[in-house]
Amino acid sequence: MTKVVVAMSGGVDSSVAAVILKQQGYDVVGMMLRLWSEPGKEDSNRCCTPDAVALARRVAARLDIPFYVVDAKEIFHSTVVNYFLEEYLQGATPNPCLICNRTIRWKFLLEHALAMGADYMATGHYVRLRSKLEQKSDREAEEKIQLLRAIDRSKDQSYVLHVLNQEQLGRALFPVGDFPKDKIRKMAEDEGLPTASRPDSQDLCFLAGEDYRKFIKRNAPESLKPGDIVKRDGRILGQHQGLSFYTIGQRKGLGLAFAQPHYVLAKQIETNRLIVGLEDELGQNELTVENVHWIAGKPPDSICRVEVKIRYSAREAWAEISQLEGGNIRVKFDQPQRDIAVGQSAVFFDGDVVLGGGRIVANDCV
Amino acid sequence: MEETIYLDYAATTPVDERVLKFMLPFLNQTFGNPSSIHLFGQRAENAIEVARETVAGVLKCRPDEIIFTSCGSESDNLALRGVCFAMREKMNKNQILTSLAEHHAVSRTAGQMAELFGFDVEWLGVDEFGMVSPQTITRGINNKTALVSVMLANNEIGTINPISEISEICHKQGVFLHTDAVQAAAYLPLDVDVLGVDLLSLGGHKFYGPKGIGVLYVRKGTPIFPIQTGGSQEFGLRAGTQNVPYIVGFAEALRLTELEREKRTNHVKPMQDRIIGSVLENIPDTKLTGHLEHRLPNHCSFAFKGVDGNLLLTLLDSAGFACSSGSACKTGNPEPSEVMNLLQLPSEWGLGSLRITLGEATTIDEVEKFLANLPMLVSKARNLK
Repeated sequence: MTKVVVAMSGGVDSSVAAVILKQQGYDVVGMMLRLWSEPGKEDSNRCCTPDAVALARRVAARLDIPFYVVDAKEIFHSTVVNYFLEEYLQGATPNPCLICNRTIRWKFLLEHALAMGADYMATGHYVRLRSKLEQKSDREAEEKIQLLRAIDRSKDQSYVLHVLNQEQLGRALFPVGDFPKDKIRKMAEDEGLPTASRPDSQDLCFLAGEDYRKFIKRNAPESLKPGDIVKRDGRILGQHQGLSFYTIGQRKGLGLAFAQPHYVLAKQIETNRLIVGLEDELGQNELTVENVHWIAGKPPDSICRVEVKIRYSAREAWAEISQLEGGNIRVKFDQPQRDIAVGQSAVFFDGDVVLGGGRIVANDCV
Repeated sequence: MEETIYLDYAATTPVDERVLKFMLPFLNQTFGNPSSIHLFGQRAENAIEVARETVAGVLKCRPDEIIFTSCGSESDNLALRGVCFAMREKMNKNQILTSLAEHHAVSRTAGQMAELFGFDVEWLGVDEFGMVSPQTITRGINNKTALVSVMLANNEIGTINPISEISEICHKQGVFLHTDAVQAAAYLPLDVDVLGVDLLSLGGHKFYGPKGIGVLYVRKGTPIFPIQTGGSQEFGLRAGTQNVPYIVGFAEALRLTELEREKRTNHVKPMQDRIIGSVLENIPDTKLTGHLEHRLPNHCSFAFKGVDGNLLLTLLDSAGFACSSGSACKTGNPEPSEVMNLLQLPSEWGLGSLRITLGEATTIDEVEKFLANLPMLVSKARNLK
């Protein structure tokens, strides 16, 4: 029998993923990561509180599948949390979920699953997979696995999984990506799962439900050097409390009193200056991406017109992409885009197919 | 799941078929409340008193020295709290002498007695095998000592303590001695006069009896207060309607254990020798934890260098072997147990504990299958770390 480890979180999606796989006849095993929490805040970590573990355990018992908790506290802290703080120290805006998926869930946990004799690992992510034969020559064809956006576009999570490679995708199953979210909730209710009515997760798990600024204050206070708020021409408008407290595109909380609202355009780490401007200054036509990862293992041969997502919650925008020297990618949007933040990933789509993506480096507005 | 081999008899045992049969009529036929005046009550009461005599027969004590409780942990709590509060009230003594290698039912109770109730706890040291030496008792006792509590055999590492020697010292000093015999009862004789103890805790499910039933032996003349007050059941020491079916089940299971002690020991001992020998020989960077000779005959425990014990258990379970690390922790939150900390192991060994405990249904084929798989699983766990 084909053995699948389901990475469970105590939430409805991974629970139903286990249900679907069981119905499909797999030998299903539940596993849960014990991630890092700030000392003293273990009970509020969103996805691995004792409460969430208990829920996942109950789901597993209900489905009559074995369930194990795997400790990942140290590696989570040394990779994901450190990256998160480091990016803020650099004046960038991190997306720790990407790093977690690449190094924790789809590496550390996958290795554990394979060591247990699993053939596949599944998660409750809303994405799909498709296998495609690519002609290498007249004689040879190579099988590639494509990552596709979810049927339910409003729930699509392909942005955070664009970091996966062929090897990882070859071991991956995403059973909920073929269904709309309300269907998944319905299945959970029909199965009588205790997680059926649990709200969707929103924040970063290790923030324990708090604003990230409080976390930064405690864990990277050195990033909170006050400095000048300036216009692009260098005119000083006020004082900021530390660059990591601000997000690109932010309007509220700047403490500026002008007739027209001002927005954060960029952070200048060398000078510790927060650059602000008016709404019409927010848009940018171009950006550069580094550390580009292509899901197929190489850049696409032909496509240069793609849709690009510059944040998890951003809407896709049409753009032309071109290769720079050294593998970086230059993106030229059809329409100017707001809120492009250094440190976030730009992810490229060809229709439903996720091509890949990388870290946004240049913020060209200054 | 059906092929999983159970090697965790120290955690719990299945109820013996004979015991189960013995218990069943007391669930719905002889169901009366033992405190009732009528015939239903009388029959239930009689069943309890017969059970009490049976238990007393095994412990070689008087029936009215046997108190039925809900489990071994409750027995430990009653012994510590009951005696210490009474000793302070009556004799103005407020020191507790015990060790960190004790089961949490003792060590955490003692800890709370110190934290919340003003007792002094003197924590006894143990040697590298987890054994309490009689000399440390001599050094620890003073004129304020209310109670000494030392377990008969350790649940995590199987080491048997020299209780008879310890009791001699206690009695010379006029100090009462409690022993937690919960883990020991399946294999060691429980004659309370040979052991020389004043209090002794037992739990039914460790020797093929049901869960949810325990016993505390209290030697006549030991000062003790009830910690659960109410009705006057159990000589006023443990209020609450007695759990008749479980009490008779406990007694029958203990009777059978005493009767078959030698046979059961002879069944597990050769397999224990085989496991300890094979593991130490075939897996590099492995240590036996606990004492090689003074240990329970069904108990094997090891430390593996550079292994996360919980991960190893996960791999073992997945491969069809149900074992334990010695201290049950399902949260995936790896902390070395107090006992492992006491064994003076280098830090990269502390988390890598594995406990294999054998029982009546264990076969040599199962043991060989386990031994054939373990080296590969340990090396997998080492690679993942």
